Amino acid sequence: MRLKFLMLGAASAALMAPVAHAERGSDGQLNIIMWQAPSTMNIYLSGGTKELIASSAVLEPLAGSMPDGTLFPRLASEIPTLENGGIAEDLKSVTWKLREGVKWSDGTPFTADDVVFSAQYCMDPTGGCAQLAKFEGVEKVEAVDPLTVKISFAAPQPDPYSAFVGSQAPVIQKAQFEACIGEKAPTCTEQNFGPIGTGPFKVTSFKTNDVITFEANPEYRDASKPAFASLTMKGGGDAAAAARSVLETGEFDYAWNTQLAPDVISGMEAAGKGKVQAAFGSLVERIHVNLTNASSDLPEGERSTTAHPHPFLTDIAVRKALSMAIDRALLVEIGYGPAGQPTCNYVPAPAAWASDNTDCLQQDIEGAKKLLDEAGWTVGGDGIREKDGQRLSLLYQTSVNAVRQDFQALIKQWWQEIGVETELKTVDASVFFGGDAGSPDTFQKFYADVEMYANNFEGGNPAPYLAKFTCDKAPGPDNQWQGENVSRYCDPEFDKLVAQMATIVDPAERGKLGQKLNEMLTKESYAIIPLVYRGTASAVSNTLGNVQINGWDSELWNVADWTRTAQ
Amino acid sequence: MNDPLSAANAAGLPSELPDEPTTPPRSQWRDIWRQFRNHHGAMIALVLFVSILLFVLIGPLLWTIEPTYVDIRARNQGFSWAHPLGTDQLGRDMLARLMAGGRVSLAVGLTAMSIALTLGSLIGILSGYFRGLDAPLMRLTELFLALPLLPLLLLMVTLFREPLGKALGPAGGIFLLIVSAIGVTSWMQTARIVRGEVLGLKEREFMLAAKSIGTPIHRMVLRHVLPNVLSPIMVAATLGIATAIITESALSFLGLGFPPDFPTWGRLLYDAVDQMQQFPWRVVLPGLCISLTVLSVNYIGDGLRDAMDPRIRGR
Repeated sequence: MRLKFLMLGAASAALMAPVAHAERGSDGQLNIIMWQAPSTMNIYLSGGTKELIASSAVLEPLAGSMPDGTLFPRLASEIPTLENGGIAEDLKSVTWKLREGVKWSDGTPFTADDVVFSAQYCMDPTGGCAQLAKFEGVEKVEAVDPLTVKISFAAPQPDPYSAFVGSQAPVIQKAQFEACIGEKAPTCTEQNFGPIGTGPFKVTSFKTNDVITFEANPEYRDASKPAFASLTMKGGGDAAAAARSVLETGEFDYAWNTQLAPDVISGMEAAGKGKVQAAFGSLVERIHVNLTNASSDLPEGERSTTAHPHPFLTDIAVRKALSMAIDRALLVEIGYGPAGQPTCNYVPAPAAWASDNTDCLQQDIEGAKKLLDEAGWTVGGDGIREKDGQRLSLLYQTSVNAVRQDFQALIKQWWQEIGVETELKTVDASVFFGGDAGSPDTFQKFYADVEMYANNFEGGNPAPYLAKFTCDKAPGPDNQWQGENVSRYCDPEFDKLVAQMATIVDPAERGKLGQKLNEMLTKESYAIIPLVYRGTASAVSNTLGNVQINGWDSELWNVADWTRTAQ
Repeated sequence: MNDPLSAANAAGLPSELPDEPTTPPRSQWRDIWRQFRNHHGAMIALVLFVSILLFVLIGPLLWTIEPTYVDIRARNQGFSWAHPLGTDQLGRDMLARLMAGGRVSLAVGLTAMSIALTLGSLIGILSGYFRGLDAPLMRLTELFLALPLLPLLLLMVTLFREPLGKALGPAGGIFLLIVSAIGVTSWMQTARIVRGEVLGLKEREFMLAAKSIGTPIHRMVLRHVLPNVLSPIMVAATLGIATAIITESALSFLGLGFPPDFPTWGRLLYDAVDQMQQFPWRVVLPGLCISLTVLSVNYIGDGLRDAMDPRIRGR
């Protein structure tokens, strides 16, 4: 009886603990190390993730994304939908209701005019706004009343959650930035380095590419938050030093972007001062299979074009066998550790869009051999399979990167085991991703048989990302080798479904169609062989509470909730 | 039976002893070798260099593990009987990789160095000896000195990788490309030094004497000029090998060099840098190989220069 009583007491104490929350500023100082230091606090003037993180402590958008990719209102009082009338029936406008009683850190009220001004600021054609893509298709933004903003689009938008959604497109104060619009934007140093915001912190000093200090915003809408009185963001060093300062020495509480080899990380974590957490967005490392012939025997301008189908990769049995021979779990273990997961999906998230396709996760060398045998590819004298004089010999290219070269070596050996010969090639990343139509080594030109890289999409809407694989988006001489359908995948059925996507609004239905498109690219055609779902790793001290790492928004999206916990 | 070469060298000396008919014939190279043997540093370096050569040439015949074989269960191992120098992050045998890498690195270093040396000495002698060629050749040298190496290499690799790769195989093609690229872009210092030496030599009395007895130009160059500028060429050569090995590793690092499954010392070094703290040996071993090679070649060059200099020889 007594034991039971004690346990009940303990349980109720545990339940009580989170309720007794901290007061504003009660937890003292928070130290964050950003080894690539932020160069400005104004995210509209920089597309970088480091600036995004810094500015998100101060500036807020109307709505943000949770770690699972769903939206939640920040400066808005609710997320507009078709049901609550926020999204117009013709899909050509969206109306945001603003939260009442929000104040800027200088004490003035936040109104719809500020939102309208922020849109003008970014959409000014002479301003060179780095986040202009967020405002694509926006025709005008107008204030209906001080707490209502209407955004109108030029064409129907099935997914209107782009402008002012996510920390990339926050609201800036009209009074402060009024004189900084257009060409004058970069010259307003004082404003860009110390924007007045509605977020949990305000800037006290900013040294570009060095140190930023913040203090708690006295006007923040939740009187008990943030728990930290001040915040220092320090730059400098490299990923390893940053991780060490959190995990081994404990000088800092949080280190951003600590992408290191798994055994290096686990060595540091052994000190017991912190853990590495990974934010999973939509980044997938994958192999693209070239369905066209890249042979250098073809004249320039015809290599890797749809005019010449690939001599053997057009056989789906070969593509499937290549995928079956790969042990994805081992790739994750070698290359990414906790910052990676094996995947068979091209779109791994959000949950509604991710297919439950898991049959590639198990490596099956014997199955791959059998599949090739059945397809008529017989093992020749040198251990390489051939059919009608065509040898299964591949050129496998990727960018220069230690992890990718390890992957190449491993995959080459697995393919060797099933009788496929592989020649490896690496290209400097700036050339590979440079997109220069004159260079033969870009990933779009794809003068190889298979290539490996990673890509993701912005925000929570994968539809444009999937739409990249329609027939007309195959890179070729007619479009200066632009376009991301690098596999040269072409299926009229796929194109039809992509067109259908543009007319659907219901999120569940969109997700279902997205899953179908995803499966068509992966397990039905093996035009794309997904390998690893990658996250961005950050090191978090064990003394920090409520850190929820987020791959869809800034990592400091909930910094207002962070607390100091007793170690 | 005196070699004309030594006679030419001896011409620089104040007096020459007449040959005794009873003494055995003396060749100049034997003299050099005798002198060389007295240079302790050079002898140690020679032994070291020969053992490195044997290690990379004979080694793979005795140690038959494939340098590219991935044994994922045996990754990150220390020294053991199965893997005397341990394994790397993918379980590839380090000993086998060092031997295979050394073959490539040494071949690149030696070949690129000989190309650079031949070109450099030729241009240096021509421009020093022939007054009319001096200005255009030196402007050409300056032009090459002004060329940025990496963009030039990038261009060469982009243009010639595929045709060469098709003709000679991926490794053969890139080998030819890299050695010629390094050779063609590193001869300028040698040319400058050689030209300076030749300009000084031309004014010496023995040159005047040789010219006055009607020595033809090719003999002047081969017998009188070249032997006297050998020492700066030797020094340039030893430095050249080191630069070529390092440039090759920089190229591989940029993805312009050998394919990634093709180990070279430079690549082994770069690959291991990330995990330097946990596995320092993986950095130390290829680094040691490069340093020892460069150092031994330097000492051999030093010894050769001393041995070939008639003013020092015999002292």
